Amino acid sequence: MLSDKDRIFTNLYGFEDWSLEAAKKRGQWSDTKTFIDKGRDFVIEQLKASGLRGRGGAGFPTGLKMSFMPKATDGRPHYLVVNADESEPGTCKDREIMRHDPQLLIEGCLISGMAMDAHHCFIYVRGEYMRERYHLEAAVQQAYDAKLIGKDNVHGWDFDIVVHHGAGAYICGEETALLESLEGKKGMPRLKPPFPANMGVYGAPTTVNNVETIAVVPEIMRRGGSWFANLGRPNNTGTKLFCISGHVEEPCTVEEEMGITFRELIEKHCGGVRGGWDNLLAVIPGGSSVPLIPHWECDDLFMDFDTLRDKKSGLGTAAVIVMDKSTDIVKAIARLAHFYKHESCGQCTPCREGTGWMWRVMERLVEGRAQMREIDALYQVTKQVEGHTICALGDAAAWPIQGLLRHFRPEIERRITAYHQGQAVAVAAE
Amino acid sequence: MAVRRLADEQPESFSFTPDNLAWAKRKIADYPVGRQASAVIPILWRAQEQHAGWLPEPAIRLVADMLEMPYIRVLEVATFYTMFQLKPVGTVAHVNVCGTTPCMLRGSEELIAICKKRIAAHAFELSADGRFSWEEVECAGACVNAPMVQIGSETYEDLTVDSFNALLDTFASGARPKPGPQSARRVSEPLSGATTLKAPADTSPRHESGDEHLGTEKNAGEDPATPAAKEEQAASPDSSDRSEAEASRSEPPAGGASATAEPPAESDTAPTGGQEAPPQEAKPEAASADDGANAAEATAEGDVDDGTEAPSQDVDENAGLDTAAVERADASGARPPALTPEEAGEPDDLQKISGIGRVLEKRLHQLGIYKFSQIAAWDQPHKDWVSGYLTFKGRIDRERWVEQARALLDGKQDDAS
Repeated sequence: MLSDKDRIFTNLYGFEDWSLEAAKKRGQWSDTKTFIDKGRDFVIEQLKASGLRGRGGAGFPTGLKMSFMPKATDGRPHYLVVNADESEPGTCKDREIMRHDPQLLIEGCLISGMAMDAHHCFIYVRGEYMRERYHLEAAVQQAYDAKLIGKDNVHGWDFDIVVHHGAGAYICGEETALLESLEGKKGMPRLKPPFPANMGVYGAPTTVNNVETIAVVPEIMRRGGSWFANLGRPNNTGTKLFCISGHVEEPCTVEEEMGITFRELIEKHCGGVRGGWDNLLAVIPGGSSVPLIPHWECDDLFMDFDTLRDKKSGLGTAAVIVMDKSTDIVKAIARLAHFYKHESCGQCTPCREGTGWMWRVMERLVEGRAQMREIDALYQVTKQVEGHTICALGDAAAWPIQGLLRHFRPEIERRITAYHQGQAVAVAAE
Repeated sequence: MAVRRLADEQPESFSFTPDNLAWAKRKIADYPVGRQASAVIPILWRAQEQHAGWLPEPAIRLVADMLEMPYIRVLEVATFYTMFQLKPVGTVAHVNVCGTTPCMLRGSEELIAICKKRIAAHAFELSADGRFSWEEVECAGACVNAPMVQIGSETYEDLTVDSFNALLDTFASGARPKPGPQSARRVSEPLSGATTLKAPADTSPRHESGDEHLGTEKNAGEDPATPAAKEEQAASPDSSDRSEAEASRSEPPAGGASATAEPPAESDTAPTGGQEAPPQEAKPEAASADDGANAAEATAEGDVDDGTEAPSQDVDENAGLDTAAVERADASGARPPALTPEEAGEPDDLQKISGIGRVLEKRLHQLGIYKFSQIAAWDQPHKDWVSGYLTFKGRIDRERWVEQARALLDGKQDDAS
C-alpha cells in the first residue's frame, strides 16, 4: 500500500484547511520559481521521465502532449485549458482536488502553462460543481493577491487564470466540445484535425488537460520524475485517485498506487464487497464508458491502463463501480444507455439516433420483452455507432452494452425465454 | 438529447439588478476582447439565479444584446445546457435527484419515488403549493456519496429514505439543512474513518462541514431560494430561525486557519440579495484590464477561425475598425465610400435587407454605411471589400444585398412620391 509520505493529495478529505496559507504549510508553492527558471524543456523532460499519463480517461502521456504545442509563437497566444468538467458517471475525484486542495491545481497550471508557453489559462468547471467552483475562485484570488500568479508575479512568468463554468452538459468533457462551450456555443465536438494544439480555443494553440493531471505536476517537479516513475507498474506509473462507488461496504475516494489490485483496493479502503468477495457480480473499472468486467476475471486484476485494456475494458478515470449479486445487471447497463441517450449532443446521426435506439432495446431486454435475434441486432448497432461519430461519445455509449453482451448474454437469454414462457402460460390459462 | 422548449407564459421584461450587471461586466472582461460570447453561460446562469431559478425569454434576449450575439445563438445555448430551467421551478427547492447507475445501485429509485409522492407525479411539475419541484438528473459527480440530490448550489449526499424525507421536511419548514453527507462521515472518506492520511501534519481544527467556512461567499441567487422564496419565508414564522441559521453559517469557524479563506467582502456587489458576493467578484480590476490588453493581441493576431465574432468592444466607442480585418479586406477589394453619422442623417433600417441582422447592421454602421442608397451603389470591388471585412465570402452576392437595397430604395421613393 502507498504510504502517506508518497501521497500527493495530502488534503484529499479536507481535514486541513484549503487556504493558501495552509497549502504552503503542506509544501505547495515551494521552489516553484526554480522550475519556472529552468524552463520549458526541463518541465517536459521531467514529465516524460515520470511516465505520467493523462488522468482524464484516455491515458495519453502528458509530457508528450505538452510537447505538441508549437515551439515558437506565430503571434497567436497559447492557452492552457483545464478540463474540470468531471461528469463521467462514477467519477468524483477532481471535485476533491478543487474543494480541498485547489492550490495544487493552480500551481500546476502555472508550471504547465510555462511548459507550453501559455500566459492564459481557463479552468472549465462543470456547472453542478458550485461549491467546488467557489473554492477554486477564492483560491485563485488568493494566489493573485499573493502575487503567485497574475502580471509581474514573483515567479517571473505572467499568468492569468480564469475560472469558467458550464451548465450541465456531459459532452463538454470532450476537449473540443469544451472549447466550443468556452467560446460561448453549444458544446458540440469539432472535427479533428486541426487538433487543439494547433487550433484550439479562439483559433489559438491550446492544450486541454484533466485537473488531476495538472495537479500532480508540481509534486513531480519537486520530487523528480524518477520518484513518480518508481511508483506503480511499468508504463503505468505514479499514484491515482480512485473513486469506488456502488456495492462496497464503504464507498470512498482514495489515492493509491497505480496497478494496485482491484481486490486489495476495495478490501483495504472500502471494507470489501457488500456481502463478501464471493458476492461480487461485476465491476466497471473506469467510469461508465468502459465495458464491465465480470467477477470471474476480477481475481488479481491490476488497476492500470494496460491490464484493463487487455481485459477489453479500461482504467478510464479510475471510477470503480462495484456491483454485487443483487444487481439487476441488465438494468444497470440500461440506465447507462439512458445516460448516453440523454447526453448525446445530437450532432452525428449514428449517435443521436443510435443512443436512443439502443436504450429502448435495452429497456425491453430488462423485462425480456424481445426476440432472441434482437440481441445480435443490438450488438450490430453498437458496432455501427462505435467509431462512426466525431467524438468518442458514440463509442462510450456502445462499449458498456458490448461488455454486457460479451459477459452476460446467458442472463439476457434467460429473461427472454422466461418472458415468452410467461406469455405462453398466460395465453394457455385463458 | 431532449426536447427543451421555452415556457408558454413569459414575463414582460427582464433586467439585471445593478450589482449583477456590474458583475456581468467584470465577467465579460475576463475574456479576450471580441470574445465576449464566452461569458454567455456564466451570465445566463446569473440571470437564472436572479429570476427565481428559471430562465425567461426576455433574459435570453437581454443577454444576447449585452454580448452582441444573435438571439438564436443564445437561445441555442439556453436550450442545449440542461441546467438552464426554461419553466418555473419550485420557489423553495428544485430537487435534482441523480439517477445514474452509481446512484441507482445505492437506492436513488427510492428517492425518486419519494419525489413523485411528496412533490409531484412528474418531473418538472410544480407541487400543489408551488414551493417544490424535482427532476432526475444525470450523474452529478458525487458517486462515492451516492445516492445524492442537489438543491441550489448544495449537494446532500449519503441519503436514505428517512434522511431524504427529513431533508424535504427541513426545506418545507423554511430552514436550510446541513449540506454534504447526511451520514456520519465528513466528505468522501470511508464511513468508519479514513484509511489514509490519518496523521495530519497541520493540527488546525477540523470543521464540522467542509464548506462551513465558505459561508460568507454564499452566492445570493445561487438556488431556488430566490427573492420570491425569501419573501415567502420572510412572511412565514420560521423566517427568524432561518436568518439565524444563515447568520451562524456566515460566521467564520473557530480556528484561525480559515481566516485567509474568506474572500474580501464587497457587500455592494452582492448579486441579488443582501448576502455577500462570491469570491470572484473581488478580482482586482487591474487584472481584468490586463486580460483586456492581452486579449487585444489575441484578436488582432489570433483571429483565424471566423470573423463573425469580430471585435465589438470597438463598436460602442466607434474608435476604429478591426485593423486585421481591414488589411484582409484591402487585399480583396476597394472600400466603399463611407458617411459620417451626421452626413447620413437618419439611418435606413438595414435589417430590412434579408441577410443583415442586428450584429451585421452594427458592423456596417461602423464602416459608415447607413443608407440603402450606399449599398445600392456598390460595385464588385466594394462588395469584395465588405465581404472580406465581414469574412462572409460570397454572401453579399448570394443574398443579393445590392439588388435588395435597390428594390427597397425604389419602394421608398414610391412611398415618398
